[in-house]
Amino acid sequence: MVQKLDRLQETPSQTAGPYVHIGCMPTYAGNGGSYDIEIGESPIAEGAQGEVIEITGEVRDGTGWALRDAMLESWQADASGLFPGQEGADPKVTGFCRFGADAETGKFTLRTVKPGAVKARGGAMQAPHISLWIVARGINTGLQTRIYFEDDDLSGDPLLNRIEQKNRAGTLVAKKTGPGQYAFDVVLQGDGETVFLDI
Amino acid sequence: MTDLGPLIPRNRAIHPPAYDVDYKTSVPRSPRWSLLSMESGAGEETGPTFGHSVLGQWDNNLVMNFTRGKAPAIGERILVHGRVLDENARPVTGALVEIWQANAGGRYRHKKDTYFAPLDPNFGGCGRTITDDQGYYEFLTIRPGAYPWPNRGNDWRPMHIHFSIFGHSFGQRLISQMYFEGDPLIYRCPIAATVKDRSQLDRLVAPLDMAKARPMDFLAYKFDIVLRGRRQTMFENKPEGM
Ligand SMILES: [Fe+3]
Repeated sequence: MVQKLDRLQETPSQTAGPYVHIGCMPTYAGNGGSYDIEIGESPIAEGAQGEVIEITGEVRDGTGWALRDAMLESWQADASGLFPGQEGADPKVTGFCRFGADAETGKFTLRTVKPGAVKARGGAMQAPHISLWIVARGINTGLQTRIYFEDDDLSGDPLLNRIEQKNRAGTLVAKKTGPGQYAFDVVLQGDGETVFLDI
Repeated sequence: MTDLGPLIPRNRAIHPPAYDVDYKTSVPRSPRWSLLSMESGAGEETGPTFGHSVLGQWDNNLVMNFTRGKAPAIGERILVHGRVLDENARPVTGALVEIWQANAGGRYRHKKDTYFAPLDPNFGGCGRTITDDQGYYEFLTIRPGAYPWPNRGNDWRPMHIHFSIFGHSFGQRLISQMYFEGDPLIYRCPIAATVKDRSQLDRLVAPLDMAKARPMDFLAYKFDIVLRGRRQTMFENKPEGM
């Protein structure tokens, strides 16, 4: 017998189910007042540095139907590319947001500051992006993806460059629809399926 | 800042596949393409921190939290407790653990839950806490009821508590479910069965823990959770060729 590795294995995932908001976003679930302070209500506080932007979109299934029961979480750097907790990071940027698809329309909106470019290990610069995590009924393991911005120089980004089918890279890029306004849809399956990540 | 190294890549074999024909909602909601794999960076290795200041006095007591201590929820009182560890067997301290569950009759407090089991006026169904310096957490709650759900002709969810865990890194993010030892519905449930390896599914089943039960008050169940670890080595600060 060889020596035994003393590692543990990650706990298996299970779907968040249709009622994830009861636990993570009680007000959204109609149970406002469950907690005095809810978590992830906004990624920025008043006075955050940088350009305030709004990203709107929907999460669509393989039939083109917008999910009404998805919960999304975002995590990002501040306008100078620093994450909360890193030295010099903007104290007005918490970087984290939880938001749900609207129960009637399926539309979501993320209001935040445009993040700066972030240095990768080894020195390469990653183009500005927001990390996204999506859970819902029918999603067995939470899906990771990223939002990039079409008005940035994306040519040197290590992750986008790793996508072999260049025609899929656009699924990670938000379209500019007006000053400070972007559109970004997530497609779970089928035509224009979003590139999901294993990072 | 010390570089703790990249996150250990997920072993996708222990997680459920995206597409599972027996869990019908996964059919239109499962990506067909493979995931794009890449080594983690700052965006995955960092994450928000949650201080105890966000917690309220009753947050980890689902028996009392909906009425803020005025009246207890109906049901079998249980303590659910355990540790959050990483793959290197180190405690994850300061982890945010959030749970939600049905009431004793199997009904959720949610406008879309139309099951005719009654709502309990004293039960909300959510709780949260932050792990201590040993990675330990506990909740006082009631045993949730099993409930039927529209899938195949006669599918029932076993008794379960939904868990959302937030460790130190956004890339550690995990949502799962805890089942109860001895529940015969576990092995009939298509959602439990999305975890294909029986030994992995059994890791979601909490054993009865009589040593932690309080006589004449509550039973206890032990549920440990493992999040992704990081791969620190002495070589970690060197630039790596891509
Ligand atoms: Fe459930």
